Amino acid sequence: MALDDRKSDFTFVGTRPNRPDGLDKVTGRAKFGADISAPGMLHGAVLRSPHAHARIVKIDASKAEAHKDVKAIVTRADFADVPFRPGLEGEFYNVLENVMAGEKALYDGHAVAAVAATSALAARDALKLIEVEYEVLPHVTDVDKAMTPDAPVIREGAADYSVPEGMHPNVVRYHESGHGDVEAGFADADLVIEDSFVTEATHQGYIEPHACLGMLGNDGKGELWCTTQGHWIAQKTCAALLGIETSQLRVTASEIGGGFGGKTTVFIEPVALALSRKANRPVKVVMTRSEVFRATGPTSSASMDVKIGMKKDGTISAAQGVFRLQGGAFPGAPGDMTAMCAFAPYNLNNVKQIGYDVMSNRPKQAAYRAPGAPMGAFAVESVIDELCNKLGLDPVDVRLKNAAHEGTKASYGPTYERIGLVETLEAAKAHPHYAAPLKPGQGRGISCGFWFNHGGETSVSLALSEDGSAQLMVGTPDIGGSRASMALMAAEVLGIAYENIRVTVADTATLGYNDVSHGSRVTYASGLATIKAAKHAVEKLCERAAAKWGIPVDAVKWENGCAVPSGPNAGDFDPMPLADITADMGSTGGPISGHFEATPEGAGVSFGTHIVDAEVDPETGKTSVTRYTVIQDAGKAIHPTYVEGQFQGGAAQGIGWALNEEYVYGEDGRLQNSIFLDYRIPVASDLPMIDTVIVEVPNPGHPFGVRGVGETGIVPPLAAIANAVSNAAGVRMKQLPMSPPRILAALKDNG
Amino acid sequence: MDYHSPASFAEASALAANATGITRFLAGGTDVLVQLRSELVKPDTLIDIKKINGVHDITRNADGSWTLGVATTGAEMSEHPELGQDWPGVVEAMDLIGSTQVQGRATLTGNLCNGSPAADSVPAMVAAGVTVTVTGPDGTREVAVEDIPTGPGKTSLTKGEVVSAVNIPARGENAGDAYLRFIPRTEMDIAVVGVGVDLRLDGDTIIEARVSLGAVAPTVLLVEDCAKAILGSTLDDATLDALAAAASAACNPIDDKRGTIAFRTEVVGVLAKRAAKIAYARAKGENA
Ligand SMILES: Cc1cc2nc3c(=O)[nH]c(=O)nc-3n(C[C@H](O)[C@H](O)[C@H](O)COP(=O)(O)OP(=O)(O)OC[C@H]3O[C@@H](n4cnc5c(N)ncnc54)[C@H](O)[C@@H]3O)c2cc1C
Repeated sequence: MALDDRKSDFTFVGTRPNRPDGLDKVTGRAKFGADISAPGMLHGAVLRSPHAHARIVKIDASKAEAHKDVKAIVTRADFADVPFRPGLEGEFYNVLENVMAGEKALYDGHAVAAVAATSALAARDALKLIEVEYEVLPHVTDVDKAMTPDAPVIREGAADYSVPEGMHPNVVRYHESGHGDVEAGFADADLVIEDSFVTEATHQGYIEPHACLGMLGNDGKGELWCTTQGHWIAQKTCAALLGIETSQLRVTASEIGGGFGGKTTVFIEPVALALSRKANRPVKVVMTRSEVFRATGPTSSASMDVKIGMKKDGTISAAQGVFRLQGGAFPGAPGDMTAMCAFAPYNLNNVKQIGYDVMSNRPKQAAYRAPGAPMGAFAVESVIDELCNKLGLDPVDVRLKNAAHEGTKASYGPTYERIGLVETLEAAKAHPHYAAPLKPGQGRGISCGFWFNHGGETSVSLALSEDGSAQLMVGTPDIGGSRASMALMAAEVLGIAYENIRVTVADTATLGYNDVSHGSRVTYASGLATIKAAKHAVEKLCERAAAKWGIPVDAVKWENGCAVPSGPNAGDFDPMPLADITADMGSTGGPISGHFEATPEGAGVSFGTHIVDAEVDPETGKTSVTRYTVIQDAGKAIHPTYVEGQFQGGAAQGIGWALNEEYVYGEDGRLQNSIFLDYRIPVASDLPMIDTVIVEVPNPGHPFGVRGVGETGIVPPLAAIANAVSNAAGVRMKQLPMSPPRILAALKDNG
Repeated sequence: MDYHSPASFAEASALAANATGITRFLAGGTDVLVQLRSELVKPDTLIDIKKINGVHDITRNADGSWTLGVATTGAEMSEHPELGQDWPGVVEAMDLIGSTQVQGRATLTGNLCNGSPAADSVPAMVAAGVTVTVTGPDGTREVAVEDIPTGPGKTSLTKGEVVSAVNIPARGENAGDAYLRFIPRTEMDIAVVGVGVDLRLDGDTIIEARVSLGAVAPTVLLVEDCAKAILGSTLDDATLDALAAAASAACNPIDDKRGTIAFRTEVVGVLAKRAAKIAYARAKGENA
């Protein structure tokens, strides 16, 4: 993007006003996915497979159909009947298979049929009347087992061109990258450590279950209200799965009670629309928590081998990793991302990484903040920590010594522009936390983390009102306080108060395509588009002022919310405030709006460094995290409070992932812990106060210097906590979560 | 589903005796309603015992013993000025259950009659020697808490029987109780292991002891060998090790999503030691 308008002194940006949606949320007025109804509305419920892997021999819904309260039943046939446009392959096909099982149920919880009835209770009761005949097949839920020769095949022919000959059909994508000569590098090392690591799948754990209300008429026109991170992708996917035109379906995003990547696709939305089309009534579907766990995207689980060579002075001479990720019964596990991010913080001459995408009988993985990166960081940063321990080196110094900087050829290929890793490490070293003494039984852990960040398709409009206020329409659902940040950026350009700007997440009928709120892209891309749209409006404001003054438009500039003559030759006029121009805009040329759309390419990569202290009870293996500091490069913190919130959220979720959260499967391949009681997300009292340090190394690709901050914060915690725990327990923990039974067993093995 | 709110235990018992299908008593409902919503148990008959006179009363009897109404909530127990001074272990065990909201509803009787081997208040009650009064078609009987659960989700109560009171013995002199549980988090979790200890001293020597283990067998256990291990001792290190060994030996746990056999067997000993130390300190009049 053009860099000529970079700005570094700000009036509004960097302040901390209350979020515009705050009052609605604390008073219960905000409307989430399940908070809407329509006249004549029916309630939908989904029948799910109790088997991990089974052929669906027959579905007999006649008894349910005869139920007086039942108005429609759909199975895969109601999707397959649709005259598919060519191209319903690839991800659309995968999503369809996931939304409603075809020939086989592929995991415990896979949808096989759905009912719409006059009440939610009647719909659930009717599910029990549907008889499904299954032929149970052998299953596999473990990534390493899924790759062995005798593993059951989930889907023949799912592998793409990248997979080397001779691999099991469950291996569906392969990634290899790096540079230099790792063997020579290992030969050069004073110490080489090679080890294997395992992480379990975790769920994003958003508090709001998936919920939607769908209406679809026989004329192919529809409306959908849903909780989502991206309503355009919901629109496009639902239209494809139902065989209607994209533009005929208007999708509105509700307020969202968390997503973290898990609400970037559809589950119940096409089902509600299919039921609605059949019943000719609006249909609402709300998942239970158990459905959320069983059938929506957890992360991948991972099995990894990492080998790193180090010189006595701390220089990494070579690094190599193999990362095997299972992403459920569909292609998509981010083995490539894990591989690319694993060594990205370091300036390495010799590096090689391999990633596998493996299918197993588990739910389709979904993104979870920096998808794939935390697992790789866990393995790599654990080995670096072990090297530091063995060589007697300071873990921050070693990372500083090897840190990537501007001009470094990244492990995954490109050459870095200006980046802020060194600054986060220096801040870590200077932080009082790093110098604070540890009590007996405590250990300290350090880790760095990297995430790419993303731009994505973006369209924003801004309209001025006659009283001088502004309404801003963005297309990215607000998952982290982005409406506040957008208003601050618009205020900065327009020169009007933050409070005078109302930001709306517009529906699909209002703006052009907007990519999902993912990839830490919203403050970067929608922010950039907001700035440009506001500038577009300012141009028009200047034109109107020039016309009023009777001077050329290039003799007018915009300053502090007013048009002013741009120099002594332009004439002597008093500044003309925005509201004076909008007051009579109807008669001076009509409404004044600004618009911008693009696919910005300048998202700056982001790095963080975390410091963690942990205490382990040697008799029970129970860990408490006693101190936590997050240091991360935000480029420019538009609203520092919400940047800190992202940092803290990443750490909190990382603590859960590292210590107690995990998908527990039984021998039968069924998920054992599909409720919050047994899926152990941290409770408030499990967490220490999480301290934050915002580093600001401006991103050259954004007018105000913004880098995304939403994802990097979950990359270091697994490793930083594992390092702290390992140092406290005196034994290297190589498997997540580090639940008390695992720690106690490791302590026993260690003698 | 039929809902009844009888005015007496006799009426409650008669309703239960004549009901068909699945019957549940409704105390706090923190198990019953959760099981209903998750479609685990859909009762045909719900008998709400909260409208019966006196079910929220906490009474100290003339002999120093306590009678608790069956709808007395965890919060009411914690807020009582004296109950917790006599029986801190029982009150703390009940207080561990759930959140503030759950505390406003949950009861000792519900925790007991739900029949979970991991129920938190039960080992504490067993250690303390608590009994319940049971009203049935044939009158009332008094049953030791340890004789109520017979297996996960099962009790020895017969059709038509309802618990009508909880009886906690007089505390007496030089005695203390304690309950500890292990959970991987700090709250809102189900015990992976639970241990209740009650003991009485003569000088520094333990002269009475009851030790109860939770979540390590199909029912909460009252373990004679644990009591024997500490009786006559001053709870020195060797005694504590013997207690831990007896506790580990007594348990018969399962591997499940909440913990492994090896972990439960090990940690039950650790918690037995820690709970015994707290009870011992309390018996000596120290704050613990
Ligand atoms: C969020 C949450 C957290 C929880 N945490 C814990 C915990 O940490 N530890 C723990 O042990 N439990 C926990 N529980 C479970 C539950 O709260 C306890 O078991 C509680 O003590 C049950 O009491 P209640 O009065 O709500 O029982 P109810 O649900 O009313 O009844 C439970 C059972 O007891 C029977 N019953 C009730 N009264 C009588 C009577 N007078 N006579 C005969 N039978 C009777 C009922 O028929 C039913 O089978 C939790 C529950 C929730 C929802």
